Amino acid sequence: MTEAFRDRIDIALTVNGEAVEGRVPAGRHLIDFLRLDLGLTGSHASCEHGVCGACTIHVDGQAVRGCLMLAAQADGAEVWTLEGLTETGVIRDLQDAFVERNALQCGYCTPGMLASIKELLDMGGVPDRATIREHLSGNYCRCTGYEAIIDAVESVAKARAGEAAA
Amino acid sequence: MKALAGGYARARDVTHALDLLAQADGMGRVLAGGQSLIAAMNMRLSTGDMLVDISRIADLRGVAVEDGCLRIGALTRHADIGTDPLVATHAPLLVQAVHHIAHAAIRNRGTIGGSLAHADPAAEFPACVLALGGTIHLQGPEGVRQVAAEDFFVDVFETAIEEGEILTAITLPLLEAGERHVLIETARRSGDYALAGLCVVKRAAGHRVTAFSVGPRPVLAMAAMERLDAGDTAGAVDALRAEIDPPSDTQASAAYRRHLAGVLLTRALHDLTGETA
Amino acid sequence: MTISFGNPDRPNSYIGKTVPRPNAPRLVQGRGKYVDDIVLPRMAHVVFVRSPHAHAKIGAIDTAEAAAVKGVLRIFTGADIAEVCTPWVAVLAHLKGLKSPPQHALAVDRACWVGDPVVAVVATSRAAAEEAAALVEVDYAPLPAVTDMMSALDADTPVLHPDMGDNLAFRRLHEEGDVEAAFASAHKVVEARFKTARHTGVTLEPRSILVDWNPAEGQMTAWHATQAPHMMQTVFAKHLDLPEGRVRVICDDVGGSYGIKVHVYPDEVATAAIAKIMARPIKFVADRLESFTTDIHARDHEIGARIAVDETGKILAMDIDDWTAIGAYSVYPRTSAIEGNQVVNLCGGPYDFAHYRAQTSVVFQNKTPTCQYRAVGHPIAVAVTEGLVDMAAAELGMDPVEIRRRNMYADDAYPVTSPAKMRFEGLSHHASMDKLMALMDYEGLRAEQAELRKKGIHRGIGIASFIELTNPSPFMYGIGGARISAQDGCTVRMDPDGSIVALSGVTEQGQGTEAMLAQIVAEGVGVAPGRVRVITGDTQVTPYGGGTWASRGAGIGGEAALQSALALKGSILEVAGAMLQAPADALDIRDGQVVDTATGEARMPLEELGRIVYFRGDTLPKGLPRELVQTRHFITSDYPFAFTNGVQASYLEVDTGTGEVKLLKHWCVEDCGRIINPQLVDEQIRGGIVQGLGGALFEEIHYDEDGQLLNGSMADYLVPMAAEMPDMVIGHVETPTMESTLGAKGAGEAGTAGAPAAVMNAINDALRPLGAQVTAMPFTPERILRAMGQIED
Repeated sequence: MTEAFRDRIDIALTVNGEAVEGRVPAGRHLIDFLRLDLGLTGSHASCEHGVCGACTIHVDGQAVRGCLMLAAQADGAEVWTLEGLTETGVIRDLQDAFVERNALQCGYCTPGMLASIKELLDMGGVPDRATIREHLSGNYCRCTGYEAIIDAVESVAKARAGEAAA
Repeated sequence: MKALAGGYARARDVTHALDLLAQADGMGRVLAGGQSLIAAMNMRLSTGDMLVDISRIADLRGVAVEDGCLRIGALTRHADIGTDPLVATHAPLLVQAVHHIAHAAIRNRGTIGGSLAHADPAAEFPACVLALGGTIHLQGPEGVRQVAAEDFFVDVFETAIEEGEILTAITLPLLEAGERHVLIETARRSGDYALAGLCVVKRAAGHRVTAFSVGPRPVLAMAAMERLDAGDTAGAVDALRAEIDPPSDTQASAAYRRHLAGVLLTRALHDLTGETA
Repeated sequence: MTISFGNPDRPNSYIGKTVPRPNAPRLVQGRGKYVDDIVLPRMAHVVFVRSPHAHAKIGAIDTAEAAAVKGVLRIFTGADIAEVCTPWVAVLAHLKGLKSPPQHALAVDRACWVGDPVVAVVATSRAAAEEAAALVEVDYAPLPAVTDMMSALDADTPVLHPDMGDNLAFRRLHEEGDVEAAFASAHKVVEARFKTARHTGVTLEPRSILVDWNPAEGQMTAWHATQAPHMMQTVFAKHLDLPEGRVRVICDDVGGSYGIKVHVYPDEVATAAIAKIMARPIKFVADRLESFTTDIHARDHEIGARIAVDETGKILAMDIDDWTAIGAYSVYPRTSAIEGNQVVNLCGGPYDFAHYRAQTSVVFQNKTPTCQYRAVGHPIAVAVTEGLVDMAAAELGMDPVEIRRRNMYADDAYPVTSPAKMRFEGLSHHASMDKLMALMDYEGLRAEQAELRKKGIHRGIGIASFIELTNPSPFMYGIGGARISAQDGCTVRMDPDGSIVALSGVTEQGQGTEAMLAQIVAEGVGVAPGRVRVITGDTQVTPYGGGTWASRGAGIGGEAALQSALALKGSILEVAGAMLQAPADALDIRDGQVVDTATGEARMPLEELGRIVYFRGDTLPKGLPRELVQTRHFITSDYPFAFTNGVQASYLEVDTGTGEVKLLKHWCVEDCGRIINPQLVDEQIRGGIVQGLGGALFEEIHYDEDGQLLNGSMADYLVPMAAEMPDMVIGHVETPTMESTLGAKGAGEAGTAGAPAAVMNAINDALRPLGAQVTAMPFTPERILRAMGQIED
């Protein structure tokens, strides 16, 4: 190997508002770094080929597939996982709506689902059901049949829009 | 499935990236958005790559009108293309394409340069750039060169990019008055690769039609274009079906794809005329 | 003690109400505990080298290069594992003639499908184990593969297991009445051939297990994503030669099951064997690609079927010839003959007719084994039955709802025994159909459909009535010799603070088991559901039970919980009576207070009673029973199964240019007996429907003729996603079972049972004016255009 390439990379980033450092194998994806190195097991790996959406997290303000980003690429990034989003309370209304509407069953898709929904809700407005379904079309849920999730998102969007208008 | 990379290096700029590639002993892989490459690495379809991460090279990102062309930096992300006003003005075909590409989280990371360099025959952007008659800009140890889209796509996952070269930008002609674009495709589910898809560009000089997911690379449907220019819609459908050689796979047979391409062309033309009406 | 379920204003009326799930807040905050979240000291990871051949003799195995990879601890072959782990044979005595060869945890001598585990590599990380596994060299000598179902029994097809004599694993013929005579004299006979594709469950959490063997304690502990912890306890003990009492299976959060996680998987048993050999914790989490080749498959059936009707549409006879290919082994311990057996049991289910013949032929193949998956056999039987009924209606020019009304068992006909010899205690086909008609505005939709058809828009309405088998008795597995418990137990206790703990043998996989149990116990004892803490999924802690399968959690586990809660209430009131100098039967418990039954006057909070019992027992009369803990077990005994019923409807549009189907709306009216938590039931139905819609439109495992699986990734095996799924309207009729106080039957599989048939009938309703019909699932755009004669090869 030449000097320039490393098979272990030192990274420093912010995760859930906390500064963290790590040394990661070149091929390690960001979800494994979060789960194995930081113990943030609220993020789930499932398909590890970018299809199921279970690993969706926020990196530099955008929802991304954690399995399709190397930990090495997250050097200097700002990463938010469900643990951090929970602590800050920014999606409390969405989490409450999920519980009330039973928009989760086994809960395995839920962290990624919430991360994807956060991005949609942050755009503001009240998306119609087709738009919500389309936005979540990359997040697989085998349990719910999706309708309860769509209901929960719709109710939160309406509530937020109502608050914004008031 | 855990990826086994040979090594990783982050490029500061294009020159640095080219240096890194040169040092990689033929194992160099350019890592841009990573939405296809990292999936392949995780599935161990690709192991031992020396990854040259170009994703932080700011010069390679962004959209501008320069020298009478629309220039899109290779690292411009799908999501940005979908919302960029210059793209909307000059290459609405790309905006239409973005809605069909995968899902929001993928579009946030995936880049147009990555899509073209990956050259998946089912992908939308390669067919769009071919339909628009775009030019692909490459930079290598020997300097820069430009390749017409017609000459760029070679085979499945194979392009005119030479060892050690990097795709830096795409330029497209600016939209002319009256020019119309339609992208139409049929996929099993939203965001899936199309069973077949078409780009139709109507300009004063004539039609340009490309088909994707119907062969090893996007097809410029010359015979169909000629029939369209002659005003022969039915003939164009027959010609398109004759000039593509689609694959069969677990989603659909060649015969279905061939049939579908014709149906889509009819619908695309209806959309084109529907807009003018 | 009885509960007046009919009175919604009764005290502590939690049964029948939507109560939030106690475990849901944890899961929406990222605080779940799935197997892969657990990390133990000295834990190592195992990765399996799997056969790339459908059928091959295993020759020399070279592990030298793999062993040199940094982090690799040990490598095991089939022979190594066989030294500590005995093989199993998956047969059941009551499935006469079922045969299957012994299966080892790791293949010994011969690999029988692509994905069959051959070598296990143990390393300090999953990545290192994967890297090493890729370097293990196995010398395979390919053998002829059996991959075609319908020719599996032909004389020139190789016999997959020579010791078994032929490729027939199981065959059952059931015949009732005079089928030939009925067909010979019928007004109309309609015949069709149906196919259901090979599916797999695609649980979002892959199969996961972490096993620790502590030789100092002589104790094995397995953290396992399973539906049946006690069954797995027995399996590990038996095949690893451990006392059953020294095996503990813990099942925390499970990321989806649907039947996938109720079976014994060779790689999981191998993981336990390796933990025993290495005396340290070993974790195995399947990756998504190996899930596709090793999770059980299901529903790979081809069915020739015919129906005979008279002039009035009355069904005279049905004749079913079902074939299914189960892979290389019958799956342990439930066996792979059950699905075909269910098809025989369930065809014609809703209808009152006399002459019935059904045969299932279950054959071996060099493919991934198939076994029970959500709604076992139901989607197949319902599609065949409802498909035939619709075709007969069309032949007679009769409305599909009308023909069903003329044939469904009258709602006052029960109990009845069907021609398949299934006994129905009480069903509500007509009431359910009436409710469906009102919910969907059937006449209005028909008018809309006709109007749009004039504009060239092809919409279809499909109806599918169904029955669902729930609450299984030992007649399902136990009588065949399997140690799969049909009974279940619950222990309920009151702690000093007056809070209640319930320990149940049924498990939570996301259905809401813990919420359901909490509200039953809350009502039974007389406290708020928030005062009940439910503990499931630990064989060392909970009463022995069967776990969660065949929609038994509410009906069996729920009744055990109710009985134990009522018993605890009796115990509490006995103590309270002594303390309050009142007859126990004049007291009640309401919202955590002991009260006078007659007046409702509060006499004592439970925490005060708890304080006295636990800390000032000296003040209670000597000899007063003071055990504030009760256990009850429940098993059904009057009927082998509690059948439920329902009817679904699909409204969709077919794009006759591309062949695409757009689902517009879906309805289901279902009768699961007593509804404990309406929201949980509705969401079980919705989730089940979408799983069925996946089978109808998308899901299909493809193999080539050499037995290579062609679409083993999530990019290629298409599961239903949000954008394509419809909103669903759910309605209910309640016919409680009289077998239990609770009256609950199951609801977990109804959605999956009926949805594919409803979609098939809707597509064919749309296509009928075009002279086309589809019967092979999934109904892909291509299959629809081919049925229309649009595709030229």
